[in-house]
Amino acid sequence: MAFPHRPDAPELPDFSMLKRLARDQLIYLLEQQHEVDKLYKVENKPALSSNEQLCFLVRPRIKNMRYIASLVNADKLSGRTRKYKVIFSPQKFYACEMVLEEEGIYGDVSCDEWAFSLLPLDVDLLSMELPEFFRDYFLEGDQRWINTVAQALHLLSTLYGPFPNCYGIGRCAKMAYELWRNLEEEEDGETKSRRPEIGHIFLLDRDVDFVTALCSQVVYEGLVDDTFRIKCGSVDFGPEVTSSDKSLKVLLNAEDKVFNEIRNEHFSNVFGFLSQKARNLQAQYDRRRGMDIKQMKNFVSQELKGLKQEHRLLSLHIGACESIMKKKTKQDFQELIKTEHALLEGFNIRESTSYIEEHIDRQVSPIESLRLMCLLSITENGLIPKDYRSLKTQYLQSYGPEHLLTFSNLRRAGLLTEQAPGDTLTAVESKVSKLVTDKAAGKITDAFSSLAKRSNFRAISKKLNLIPRVDGEYDLKVPRDMAYVFSGAYVPLSCRIIEQVLERRSWQGLDEVVRLLNCSDFAFTDMTKEDKASSESLRLILVVFLGGCTFSEISALRFLGREKGYRFIFLTTAVTNSARLMEAMSEVKA
Amino acid sequence: MDCYTANWNPLGDSAFYRKYELYSMDWDLKEELRDCLVAAAPYGGPIALLRNPWRKEKAASVRPVLDIYSASGMPLASLLWKSGPVVSLGWSAEEELLCVQEDGAVLVYGLHGDFRRHFSMGNEVLQNRVLDARIFHTEFGSGVAILTGAHRFTLSANVGDLKLRRMPEVPGLQSAPSCWTALCQDRVAHILLAVGPDLYLLDHAACSAVTPPGLAPGVSSFLQMAVSFTYRHLALFTDTGYIWMGTASLKEKLCEFTCNIRAPPKQMVWCSRPRSKERAVVVAWERRLMVVGDAPESIQYKQLTIQVLLDRLVLRRLYPLAIQICEYLRLPEVQGVSRILAHWACYKVQQKDVSDEDVARAINQKLGDTPGVSYSDIAARAYGCGRTELAIKLLEYEPRSGEQVPLLLKMKRSKLALSKAIESGDTDLVFTVLLHLKNELNRGDFFMTLRNQPMALSLYRQFCKHQELETLKDLYNQDDNHQELGSFHIRASYAAEERIEGRVAALQTAADAFYKAKNEFAAKATEDQMRLLRLQRRLEDELGGQFLDLSLHDTVTTLILGSHNKRAEQLARDFRIPDKRLWWLKLTALADLEDWEELEKFSKSKKSPIGYLPFVEICMKQHNKYEAKKYASRVGPEQKVKALLLVGDVAQAADVAIEHRNEAELSLVLSHCTGATDGATADKIQRARAQAQKK
Repeated sequence: MAFPHRPDAPELPDFSMLKRLARDQLIYLLEQQHEVDKLYKVENKPALSSNEQLCFLVRPRIKNMRYIASLVNADKLSGRTRKYKVIFSPQKFYACEMVLEEEGIYGDVSCDEWAFSLLPLDVDLLSMELPEFFRDYFLEGDQRWINTVAQALHLLSTLYGPFPNCYGIGRCAKMAYELWRNLEEEEDGETKSRRPEIGHIFLLDRDVDFVTALCSQVVYEGLVDDTFRIKCGSVDFGPEVTSSDKSLKVLLNAEDKVFNEIRNEHFSNVFGFLSQKARNLQAQYDRRRGMDIKQMKNFVSQELKGLKQEHRLLSLHIGACESIMKKKTKQDFQELIKTEHALLEGFNIRESTSYIEEHIDRQVSPIESLRLMCLLSITENGLIPKDYRSLKTQYLQSYGPEHLLTFSNLRRAGLLTEQAPGDTLTAVESKVSKLVTDKAAGKITDAFSSLAKRSNFRAISKKLNLIPRVDGEYDLKVPRDMAYVFSGAYVPLSCRIIEQVLERRSWQGLDEVVRLLNCSDFAFTDMTKEDKASSESLRLILVVFLGGCTFSEISALRFLGREKGYRFIFLTTAVTNSARLMEAMSEVKA
Repeated sequence: MDCYTANWNPLGDSAFYRKYELYSMDWDLKEELRDCLVAAAPYGGPIALLRNPWRKEKAASVRPVLDIYSASGMPLASLLWKSGPVVSLGWSAEEELLCVQEDGAVLVYGLHGDFRRHFSMGNEVLQNRVLDARIFHTEFGSGVAILTGAHRFTLSANVGDLKLRRMPEVPGLQSAPSCWTALCQDRVAHILLAVGPDLYLLDHAACSAVTPPGLAPGVSSFLQMAVSFTYRHLALFTDTGYIWMGTASLKEKLCEFTCNIRAPPKQMVWCSRPRSKERAVVVAWERRLMVVGDAPESIQYKQLTIQVLLDRLVLRRLYPLAIQICEYLRLPEVQGVSRILAHWACYKVQQKDVSDEDVARAINQKLGDTPGVSYSDIAARAYGCGRTELAIKLLEYEPRSGEQVPLLLKMKRSKLALSKAIESGDTDLVFTVLLHLKNELNRGDFFMTLRNQPMALSLYRQFCKHQELETLKDLYNQDDNHQELGSFHIRASYAAEERIEGRVAALQTAADAFYKAKNEFAAKATEDQMRLLRLQRRLEDELGGQFLDLSLHDTVTTLILGSHNKRAEQLARDFRIPDKRLWWLKLTALADLEDWEELEKFSKSKKSPIGYLPFVEICMKQHNKYEAKKYASRVGPEQKVKALLLVGDVAQAADVAIEHRNEAELSLVLSHCTGATDGATADKIQRARAQAQKK
């Protein structure tokens, strides 16, 4: 039932090297500071340490600089002298130094960089753990992280050899790719002469496919993320899951044998699988009966520990399932999924709109309401003006007027827009494109960017067959395509694009899709001679998600890999889901 | 060649020597060397001659001339000496000519007579004048030692990192020492000097008298002393014609010799033959040369590395030869050919008579994109020579746009620097340029520049959002970006303002901006918020409790929960809350209050716009099946089954579904048939289904 890999599946590269590198560098940095006796979280509170030196390990954010400055200045006021060291990860930004200088403490602190940009969350998943990438780039237009991405890719190619085939789509993907290429060219040809370990790399901007990220997740790992929030590869299971009075932090990765078998499964199969597993386990335990003393000794020393471990994991996941079922299998959740499917397929739009309105009126959840509005907007190429106004009004009444700013953000990012009346749209478009070429019209481009970028979801969906035709029931136990991650209703757009390009080894024949995605200038292929690449490495594909990827997408591509004999490796700026995307766009009162 | 020994002459009893000419000097000297100050650089380096150094004695119009020749006498440079009188000349290890003037100023020239820099040996030297000076070489570099008119020593062990050290006084020294030298021992520079029959060693802390071991008696004065190049050995010549040779540490004597000449020698130096273990001292008088030898020892030759050799060739502008050597030795391009080409290019940009275009083209043709060549370095050199245009042309060849930025900034081409920084994709670089621009331009021009560079603009905006809110506002103002201005003031109304009046004022400004942006929706919403804020303040005053900052929905709910129904209804009317929302709101609030009576009254007040299923749901959420059932009966036929299932009446739900002949409803009911008592119901449904299929 769970995905066994095909016998011919290529081996994954060893990512533990990345961990070792990062660890060694940090140890080196910390050793320069004599003793580190306690770790504090950087938050807006005075540091209680009485130590002679303080070392801050921070992300390069202005907020953090202000905090450090307030701390140092407080020390100064009280006549206290300490040594301060700031270690920026993954890199230092000039703006941060500027703030330190403006706050008058630049001379008091020493700075270092910890170039830790790739955290291996799992055997096939690397995360840059930069959730702010999404807002910074896709909302604020801030390109500061692109260089970080390029450097991370450069590190990968130094460790695992060059990538013979590169594909990408999206403006950010293209910029990151070009910067990375420059880095490679500056280096001596050392990496180029190495044998490639990973045959393909595919870079994809999150805004190429917002739809998939906005859908409710129904494969186990995604559902766990939506329900409990997985942070850095681990999850806090509360008392309702652990069936004790304590919360438990659980690592979720391939090491957890039980989880590994259900992570990619549609939720409807998981419970059955787990109970089967429980029965098997019981049978294993039961073998004890009728054992002689020697067999028993063997059993205790060799098997019992494993069984107990499995038992523990099994009961945890059963607990998680129960908790999810309690929350999700209510009628509410089914209605919600039904509405999402209707939106994806584009029927009963009026009914869906009323559903969303009711959702807002009942104050079900500000983030969920917002998500549904965005899903409606993107699948419909924007809301019709009447709905645009009324839904927003209702939303402000329910969840507070500060969300006026949230709407302004969503509009800028192209997530929630107003449909321009049919004919005039093209007129506006051509007008905008004319203005765009006019240099002085920077701000006009800005204001109209959401308008100029139509999502065209319906047309793309048709072109790429994203809604599978279902004759009879879709068998979720034996999935036949990637649509199983959304109960058979929808093939994730991002994954379909990757599948299509890999099949063709180029964007050839996808021109229309690329145009509809507004990416005509940002879809690229770059192939080198493959004579050095082994056939095994050519079936290994690194997919880079700029702006985050969801567990559903990971599951879908793992499925695709098994079907086609590939193996996918994922690099994402952060693991995301619909709630995280919406929160990134939301304005909350300070 | 019939007799190999023909040109060998005997030297003493057991040794022979021969003389042959390696090459002849190319120079054409008119003066005698004795009238010149002469300095020859080590390792066959250049030779400097200063003719007529004693200007004072000659007519003022005859200026001294400084000539520089290669070791083979090829003229390299010749210039008129226009500065003060020179006491001593010497070459540094980097082949820079150090000219020590009488006033203690040291002028530094390059191999080709190009003036590099000057430095002073300090005030004490300036006051007392320079009596004598020595240039010496240490492992750190080259040093200068000065003997002043006050018979004090000042030295610097490394002119590259000038630290002046005034040496302690020598007790009883009234006149200049008869001879002296700089020594370098244990990485410290010393001065060894002779005063009558005594020798003194000066270090920076003390002056100590020293005696060479095994020195023959009867010496009343030392006339000359010489240290070997490595500072290991010392030779002393006394007024008795006696020569002492030993270690410079004065711990060991190597040999001694007495000659019949008592006159002070003109020169005394250590010499050795390559690979020979024998060292010797050559003593020179006016018409006599003497070699005193026999000091076997193992010495280490300081090897000139290939890199140093290449440096020296480059310094002599022998670029083609250097390149040939690199190619012959197969040196990697970056270390070899590229480096030499880069040097060549740096020389090329100094040729003032060639036009910018030609220089740039010539350089590009030769260098192409040779790895390791930095066009920005060459451009920096061009700019250093005052050729800004050439520098810009050269920068165009620099493939890494980031590398172009620092020089462009230096040349005050900040706007070009900004485009290049943006091209490089390095946001830090962009930011650096931005701050430069901010200081360089007036605010208006700065904003104008930003306006044309969206990437830089968003970067700067991000910074302002955290650090310079007022600037952010100005940016939006300048662009007439009323939409963002509106958002800015809305944000201010939450973050910056505490007082209600201030917040309302901020919102008013926001609303005005939204009107200007033709965003009527946002303007109206903002005005509604102003009204709501004022109202909430009034409610807090009149009713107590917490109202400020609640959403409209929550405000009404709070009123109902506080049983202020009239107020709630008034508010709903004022803000035109749609009926559906109001019904949901009231239903939820009353159920929360468990005010079932009021709820029932409300449900009957008019026909529910949201139907009655929500009543069933909400009552069930409060676990009140009794109330729920009341409303289940009022649910319309379409939702009847759902309502019945909600209150747990599976049997009746089945009846309704069968009556409706609705397959979806039937399976929904069936999925609820889980209890033991539901068996009959399930059968009933199955029968109904079978019947339906028959038809």
